Amino acid sequence: MPSTLATALLIARKDLAIEFRTRTAFFSAIVFALLGIVIFFFAWDSTAVAAIDLAPGVLWVIFTFSGLLGLQRSFGVETADRAMDALLVAPIPREAIYLGKALANFAFVAGIQLVTIPAVAIFYNLPMGDAIPVLAAIATLAAIGLVAVGTLFSAMAVNTRLAELLLPMLSLPFFVPIVMGASGSTARLMAGRPIAEALPWLRILGAYDVVFIVACALLFPFTLDE
Amino acid sequence: MSADGSVIPPQVPLTPALEASALTRAFGARRAVHDVSLALQAGQCLALFGPNGAGKTTLLRMLAGLLKPTGGSARIHGRDLRAEGGNSARSLVGLISHQSMLYSALSARENVEFAAKLHGLPDPHGAAERSLASMRVLDRADAPVRSLSRGLQQRVSIARATVHQPRVVLLDEPYTGLDEAGAVALTSQLQSLRASGAALVLVTHNVAEGLAIATHAAMMIAGRIARLDARDTLDADAYHREYREVVVHA
Amino acid sequence: MTENDELQIPRDARDDMAAQGDNKPILDTMFWIAAVAVAGAYVRAIMFTPTEARQGLAQKIYYIHLPAALNAYLAFTIVALCSVVYLWLRDPRADRLAESAAEVGVVFTTVVLTTGPIWGKPIWNTWWTWDARLTLTLFLWFIYASYLVLRGAVDDPGMRARYSAVLGILGALLIPFIHLSVYLFRTLHPMPIVLKPERPSLPNEMLTTLTLSFIAFVILCIALIRVRYRLSVAREQLAELEAR
Repeated sequence: MPSTLATALLIARKDLAIEFRTRTAFFSAIVFALLGIVIFFFAWDSTAVAAIDLAPGVLWVIFTFSGLLGLQRSFGVETADRAMDALLVAPIPREAIYLGKALANFAFVAGIQLVTIPAVAIFYNLPMGDAIPVLAAIATLAAIGLVAVGTLFSAMAVNTRLAELLLPMLSLPFFVPIVMGASGSTARLMAGRPIAEALPWLRILGAYDVVFIVACALLFPFTLDE
Repeated sequence: MSADGSVIPPQVPLTPALEASALTRAFGARRAVHDVSLALQAGQCLALFGPNGAGKTTLLRMLAGLLKPTGGSARIHGRDLRAEGGNSARSLVGLISHQSMLYSALSARENVEFAAKLHGLPDPHGAAERSLASMRVLDRADAPVRSLSRGLQQRVSIARATVHQPRVVLLDEPYTGLDEAGAVALTSQLQSLRASGAALVLVTHNVAEGLAIATHAAMMIAGRIARLDARDTLDADAYHREYREVVVHA
Repeated sequence: MTENDELQIPRDARDDMAAQGDNKPILDTMFWIAAVAVAGAYVRAIMFTPTEARQGLAQKIYYIHLPAALNAYLAFTIVALCSVVYLWLRDPRADRLAESAAEVGVVFTTVVLTTGPIWGKPIWNTWWTWDARLTLTLFLWFIYASYLVLRGAVDDPGMRARYSAVLGILGALLIPFIHLSVYLFRTLHPMPIVLKPERPSLPNEMLTTLTLSFIAFVILCIALIRVRYRLSVAREQLAELEAR
């Protein structure tokens, strides 16, 4: 019998293959993100608020909302023809399903970041340069947290009567520390402050990731049909 | 019997392939399945009839380990479906329903190979190939599932569910949506599964189709097995009439 | 009713019926005691407690605001504990208690969130301030309001109980992170300085009134949870009768 990790990779690869074939969710998430970045720019008076003050918030708010599009689809694939039943009948650990789904969602969300971060940098004329490694770390921490919680809620939301409505409603309060931590540290970074000033935010993000990966992996089996 | 498919000679007293004892499942106040016990030997096929809402699907989902019983237990070849996650029991089960459980964006081959890998088969590619061949869908194996007809999809779904040579195959209304040719292919596939020593549970509304391959027939009413007969003691027409009575009065 | 029908009633519902009798009113004695206690505490607050010199009459709302906040925390603690207990023992009573406590908690946070601005307007000259505690209360309201929405969106009782227990536990884990983030946000972004009530220097008489009010609210909180719990038992019995 394959190990948990091997099974998780198998499920993640399957999800990404489906996404690659259809491309609908990823493409619409990207367009949504770019649109959001542009709309945000015009929502403020750019002579009154410097773009550099605006950019971190825009980046992470947009990231969160477009990430929701990917999460929405995550378990939708499984419920369409009840493929979930086949996964549950297979002799695999339940945690592997969560982990596999989370890995695929992480790839999805990371893909969105790879487009939105440069887009924000260009549209808002940000000084990137040396900031890139730290920004990558922030992005990774934020993506992990978002996916850890979002994957679990996606599994729950598809089985409810309010599927599309419930996922954002359940997830957004949980994304608040992520958005605050990511934009807080990005703002320090963009302002050219020493990294030490961003450190408290990064610590919160890191702790959040650890706590919610463990909690969600443990709680996931309870969300399955019983 | 072992997982590799070697068959113990029938004269040895067998652990039943499928055994349910006092299975009960309640959804809140409603009791969908009430105190159902049955045992099925390898090679036997139980056709399970009953009106809508009689608890057939709930029973089947408990036998597949998808639903946790509120009472009683189910065993596959003596292995408990709920103990230690039930993985060793589940590796012997194949589940087929009127919903294909396929990923419509992937090809038939990818779907079946994915199932083979989930079961940890040593040669997933070969196993998928053989399974697709036995359902005669190899020629369309690389088309995305969504482009296939309902009948073909169902055949792919059966190839998916049987790729690991399950010893117990559970079928929930598999004939739904199948055309004549699809139904014939399904029946012959089920017969060859039986011949290879698998035990089958077939949930259906269609008495004629059910009795065509069953060795036993059970009628389920309001969560209980109302009667259980061996196929060869039954007169198909009389049984059919009686079943119609039951459905009308349910 | 035949012997057989008798067996159809889930055990825990029967226990509840046996424990409470069949025709006890939903609003029991404890509820009325709580109502009187809260009214009494408030009469004392308005009539017999000196008015605070700087804040004037507006400060009286403090005697609702703070006890309501503390009792909301109490209710949400019950939700978290019952969620763990439910996933562990699968006892439907834990789920019902969690549901009842969540609903009462949301009512109390609503009270906190409405009294806060009413109190704040004359004192701070602004309806809303992103004060750390007020912000946290706002997020508590969001979390547990979505908890209640989730409950309403799932039909199967077993699934509803499991889903809400999962959210109940995750919500409790989220609270420290929101608190930390809000705190850090405030220390990093200097905020306009607002006048704060100085809590340690509360005169004795006010402290007594506050304590009494707090006790009254605890009784009210427990009484409301009991009322809500009994309502949910009654609802289930009704559903059972309808299912028959």
